[in-house]
Amino acid sequence: MFKFIANRVVQTLAVLLIVGTITFFLVRLAPGSPFDQERAMAPEIRANLNAYYGLDQPLRVQYWRYFTKLITTGDFGPSFKYSNRTVTELIGESLPVSMELGIYGMIIAMIVGGVAGVLAALRPNTVTDYVPMSAAMIGISLPTFVSGPILLLIFGIHLKWCSVAGWNEAADKVLPSITLGLYYAAYFARLTRGGMLEVLSQDYIRTARAKGASETRVVFKHALRGGLLPSISFFGPALAGIISGSFTVETIFQIPGLGRYFVTAAFNRDYTMIMGTVILFATLICVFNMLVDILLVWLNPRLKLA
Amino acid sequence: MKTLRLPPFASALLALAVLFLPACGKRETRVQKGNREQVLHRGNGAEPSELDPQVVTGVPEHHIIVALFEGLLMAHPKDLSPQPGMAERWEVSTDRKTYTFFLRDNAVWSNGDRVTADDFVQSYERMLNPKLAAPYAESLFIMEGAKEYNEGTLKDFAQVGVKALEMKKLQITLRTPAAYFPVIVNHYAWFPVPIKVIEKHGSRYDKGNRWTRPENIVTNGPFTLKEWKTNQVIVVAKSETYWDAKTVRLRAIHFYPTESIDADERMFRTGQVHVIYDMPLSKIDAYKATPNSGIRFEPYYGTYFYRINLDPVKGPNPALRDARVRRALALAIDRDAIVKNITRAGEIAAFSYTPEGPGGYHAKAKLRTDYDEARRLLAEAGFPGGKGLPKLVVHFDTKESHRAIAEAVQEMWKKQLGVEVELLNEEWKVYLATQQSQSYMISRSGWIGDYVDPNTFLEIFQSTSGNNNTGWKNPEYDRLIVASWYAPDEPARMELLAQAEAILTEECPIIPIYHYTRDYLIASSVKGWYSNLLDEHHYKYLHLDDSAGPDKPPVLGAAP
Repeated sequence: MFKFIANRVVQTLAVLLIVGTITFFLVRLAPGSPFDQERAMAPEIRANLNAYYGLDQPLRVQYWRYFTKLITTGDFGPSFKYSNRTVTELIGESLPVSMELGIYGMIIAMIVGGVAGVLAALRPNTVTDYVPMSAAMIGISLPTFVSGPILLLIFGIHLKWCSVAGWNEAADKVLPSITLGLYYAAYFARLTRGGMLEVLSQDYIRTARAKGASETRVVFKHALRGGLLPSISFFGPALAGIISGSFTVETIFQIPGLGRYFVTAAFNRDYTMIMGTVILFATLICVFNMLVDILLVWLNPRLKLA
Repeated sequence: MKTLRLPPFASALLALAVLFLPACGKRETRVQKGNREQVLHRGNGAEPSELDPQVVTGVPEHHIIVALFEGLLMAHPKDLSPQPGMAERWEVSTDRKTYTFFLRDNAVWSNGDRVTADDFVQSYERMLNPKLAAPYAESLFIMEGAKEYNEGTLKDFAQVGVKALEMKKLQITLRTPAAYFPVIVNHYAWFPVPIKVIEKHGSRYDKGNRWTRPENIVTNGPFTLKEWKTNQVIVVAKSETYWDAKTVRLRAIHFYPTESIDADERMFRTGQVHVIYDMPLSKIDAYKATPNSGIRFEPYYGTYFYRINLDPVKGPNPALRDARVRRALALAIDRDAIVKNITRAGEIAAFSYTPEGPGGYHAKAKLRTDYDEARRLLAEAGFPGGKGLPKLVVHFDTKESHRAIAEAVQEMWKKQLGVEVELLNEEWKVYLATQQSQSYMISRSGWIGDYVDPNTFLEIFQSTSGNNNTGWKNPEYDRLIVASWYAPDEPARMELLAQAEAILTEECPIIPIYHYTRDYLIASSVKGWYSNLLDEHHYKYLHLDDSAGPDKPPVLGAAP
């Protein structure tokens, strides 16, 4: 077990270094600079700015400086756009917001998706199957930039039940959580339905029914565990994406989360911020994948840690 | 007895609704509450990069900084004429190159310290010092020696044209006379910063200095910073130490960074903000059709135009070096159709580059829409019916309206002149790099005046200007611009500028399309918010009053 984890940690670090290196050079290839703006900047002022941020050095020197500083101190450096804030500080402020939204979204997704999937599997090819599954199909094909504004229009603008923007009080958090949650709920519903249908056709379920166990007992005691497995393996990767923020949901609802920075940092050519978000996201994916691998071995002894 | 049984799926949904919906509910809107408490809520575009007046460049930052800081002079809320600010009066020397500002006795920082002439000297030193690398340092280059100090060729700041003669007396010496100087010092690049406070938190030349954090900042304007939550809200509250605190009626202002203009508009429509930053094009018609919807269109001191690259080396299309071809293109645009059908916010078709009126400025030469003349000029240049003219490429940055305008122009040139036009859309930073490195053929451009004077428009097409970007050079034009600085009086100065512009209009290195308007939404309770050409609204003159009826967010699409 220890060897397995140590192995994976080394692999993860190597992956992160490669991802970081590729990103470092790719963003420098993009035309434009962090300081470009509509009015021209006098060449001497641009030179001063480049010197201030060390951009006057050859690229390999910049690369070496960036990574030695990052590895030795864990410091992502100052943001180019938000000059008196560091990347670590900006991520530190926004990541908890994205995580909170992600957790609400995940809870909604699991409850709604799980219930719909189980119901559909219990009475396949009936109305209780068709209705939630059609809804799930719509949910999967409907991106959040469509469902978000629709929810806003109905509950925010016409009914005035909820706020349309911000992230302060409970009323602000309802619509974004539902928007994010319903999108993932659709996936959970379909995965749960498939898993449950497979389990319900197994011999041991028939045995349980033959023994005279009640339907509730058959479903909750015997079938549910196995039926939820596909959803759980989806849960890992989904979590990495969901807690690092959703650019669309955060933009539509004006939520001060991390998801926005993935896009705005690139637009602003905020080199250090791009590096920070990419390395963070890569780390999350690596860590969650590792956890899922460990969990799978645990659940299924036929797999070996190697 | 049979109990009512809901299908489990419905029960789950019901449970969810019960769990979440109590959080929602009808309440007094934020705007209505703000009206009671004199708290203005303003949608404010992107998250500000900083609140240090010497480091920032953007409009969202500008909106906040004018609440926090004040320069030597300020602008009149209606006509933008110079008014006393930190200085209660000023004098100008007979050669009009030396200005003396007399600071008021009660000019103080929010920590109680006096605002002194030396504060201004130290601030300008910081702004111009190459170590700070201030992006707007160029605004100060009008001061004698400022450019050299910023470039590093002049080491001794004492030789730069700014001196503290006494504690309350500041003298600024200019490189050339500039009649518009008193309106320039209202720009935030000229605001003083509290050097002593900055140095308490690190080097004054360090951009990472945290002196603008709410717990550290010291300001001299009508408001002080109370709260700054990234991407969430910035709160400023009335300053009790401000010299004119008795005029200030707002108790606080909340600025909301709204990256998306659609979210901004929704916040207005649900009574969460009094004023929005910008209007989504798609909503203009609906608001126009709704009575008392709060939509406003105001003239704005700016021009939307196309730059033509006629650089003998970098210009990719040699045909565009012929003024007749450029003029033909300029004459074959139906500007009225563009403002009426595409932009739709009351923009004014531009037949010359500099907006007319302010300062008594009027263009001497104008473009027009004249297809016959355009076709004649094109034929004369050797391209009858567009034949033989290398394909034109119009390049623009990503925005719905830029594309729509480019498509309209493409269609007009094709139909009227037989010219083939290709459109090229680029992401903002790529577009900027293309334009500034002059690797474009025809480029969508805009210019907003920094101050209300034609000089702010015309000086950028001098051959040495970094903002020219067309490769167009005309010695007579350059001579007239410089001569205008030394003109004996205002009518003579305007005459020289108009002569210069006549050359620009004749030679067409640029094709003016329209003069901008500012279009936005504002609640009826906001009083003292006047329309002016620079869209500058000093918060000290504002107050909120809904006695005429509570602010009701507009219901779009309702029958009038």
